[in-house]
Amino acid sequence: MAATTFPTITAVSGRSLSRTIALYFKEAKYELLKNIRIPVYAISTVAFPVMFYVLFGIVLGSSSAAGRNDNATYMLATMGCFGVIAVALFGFGVSLAMERGQGWLQVKRASPMPVSAYFLGKLFSAVVFSTVIMLLLLALGTAFGGVRLPLATAAKLVGILVAGSIPFSAMGMAIGYFAKPNSAPGLVNLIYLPMSFCSGLWIPLFLLPHGLQTLAKALPPYHLSQLALSTVGMVNNPTPAWGHVEALIAFTFLFLGLAAWGYRRDEGKTYG
Amino acid sequence: MSTALAEMPHRAPAPRPVTVATTRNLAKSYGAIVALRNLNLDVRAGELLALLGPNGAGKTTLVRILLGLARPDSGSVAVFGDDPHQGHVQPRLGAMLQVGRVPETLRVREHIDLFSSYYPRPLPQQETFQIAGIEDIKNRPFGELSGGQKQRVLFGIAICGNPDLLFLDEPTVGLDVEARRLMWSQIRTLIARGKTVLLTTHYLNEADALADRILVLDKGAIVAEGTPSEIKARAMGKQIRCTSRLSLEEVRQIPGVLGAKADRNAFELQVNAAEPVVRELLQRDPWLADLEVTNAGLEEAFLALTQNGNADTKGRN
Repeated sequence: MAATTFPTITAVSGRSLSRTIALYFKEAKYELLKNIRIPVYAISTVAFPVMFYVLFGIVLGSSSAAGRNDNATYMLATMGCFGVIAVALFGFGVSLAMERGQGWLQVKRASPMPVSAYFLGKLFSAVVFSTVIMLLLLALGTAFGGVRLPLATAAKLVGILVAGSIPFSAMGMAIGYFAKPNSAPGLVNLIYLPMSFCSGLWIPLFLLPHGLQTLAKALPPYHLSQLALSTVGMVNNPTPAWGHVEALIAFTFLFLGLAAWGYRRDEGKTYG
Repeated sequence: MSTALAEMPHRAPAPRPVTVATTRNLAKSYGAIVALRNLNLDVRAGELLALLGPNGAGKTTLVRILLGLARPDSGSVAVFGDDPHQGHVQPRLGAMLQVGRVPETLRVREHIDLFSSYYPRPLPQQETFQIAGIEDIKNRPFGELSGGQKQRVLFGIAICGNPDLLFLDEPTVGLDVEARRLMWSQIRTLIARGKTVLLTTHYLNEADALADRILVLDKGAIVAEGTPSEIKARAMGKQIRCTSRLSLEEVRQIPGVLGAKADRNAFELQVNAAEPVVRELLQRDPWLADLEVTNAGLEEAFLALTQNGNADTKGRN
């Protein structure tokens, strides 16, 4: 799992197995509670993809040349991707940058908390938020956008996008270890918005200039969106899905490596 | 009363004190800034040891190293006889650190519940609330608390795991007098239960109010060590200000002068007792004028202790 690549302060601490399980459970529960209660996070991460989907996928979609239901279905995949990425980058990356920079992570690390519990807690929160976003988009698309997906396909789409939290949480972790607390939100937006656009999440990739279409292949959201689009049958000439999965796994390890570097760099410094 | 705490060794005077934390020749720099230079420290079981020093003296760095949060450049550190990075050491430690921001949307009892779960044998949460004095605010979100209440919650977080050795890094910084007093009484409750505490502070009166032993830290080295009354006697010296025809060198030679410097056309002398020095000054210089004797502030006291650190038999640097 994500955090085991770190030299964790592992629990050889005499904690019983049941207490260890309870610890991971509580860390996840309180991380989720903490985020749900931050209105700016809870509302913006859920509201933005929903709003954009309603505007670009459903309202504009009805008069689109792309076909009867195709636009709403296409945007369900790409806006879902957009939402999942925001949850991971903000919930994982910005929150790590803040807690690290403001000294809170240090308080936790001074306790016998296993470092993996901290990161799994953040991943859990990202997964829950991503699931909520996907279910909302799916419900809206089905009710108002003419999206007609078989249950198995819909479940597969949700599953793929929620699993997409993992590479982007790793990306958030890398950002969180290098960004300063005050500049982290701005930095994430600076990365996230252009990256989403260039990966074809806003405007379908085939409508973008050829140069951008080539560039997209170097960006992780492109690979996640291609997986999502091929699931809902929106890719004409699909490259094997496995290629995209491989790319996402490679990105995950790249970001974890960066994060591990930042983690070690941190040990030699003081913060706060 | 807690059975868990009652089991802790009481602070009866032991013939040979057990050392729970030790550093030898500890050195740490951050780039060009030297935080610690060859520091030797022994924390004895059951004592409250205060590290007293101005900002930037290296107190927090020392605490971070003892907690395993930073690695020294050289020298050795042992906590409960082992490297603090070892997994079995951490559950025996509790720490109240200086923190910029704590997640504000979690309630007090949720923070305590979470941190209690990290430890193998935590205190019953009710008892943590009582010792830390946060019973009445346990349902409030952290972000709604006053400064003093926030510090008490951080104190609760530090003690909830029932640690054997507790680090309190500037626990009352920024608090008003009343909140500080309250925090002191909470720390005393803990001392009474036989915990070993390492407290850092830049308030001499705080160290005096709480500590069994004080180490004065300056520029990364220990410059004085003693009981609070010993340190106070030396730190709470007097400052003599006067104009004189004597040279600065001549003034420095007068017995009892700990430090002297020229300030504009006057001299400023740090002394323990003013009277013998004043007598001597008047005898040596009949034209001595503008004589003023004041109580030395803490800054002057640090200065006096620092400047005499090398000659001091109790100094360790």
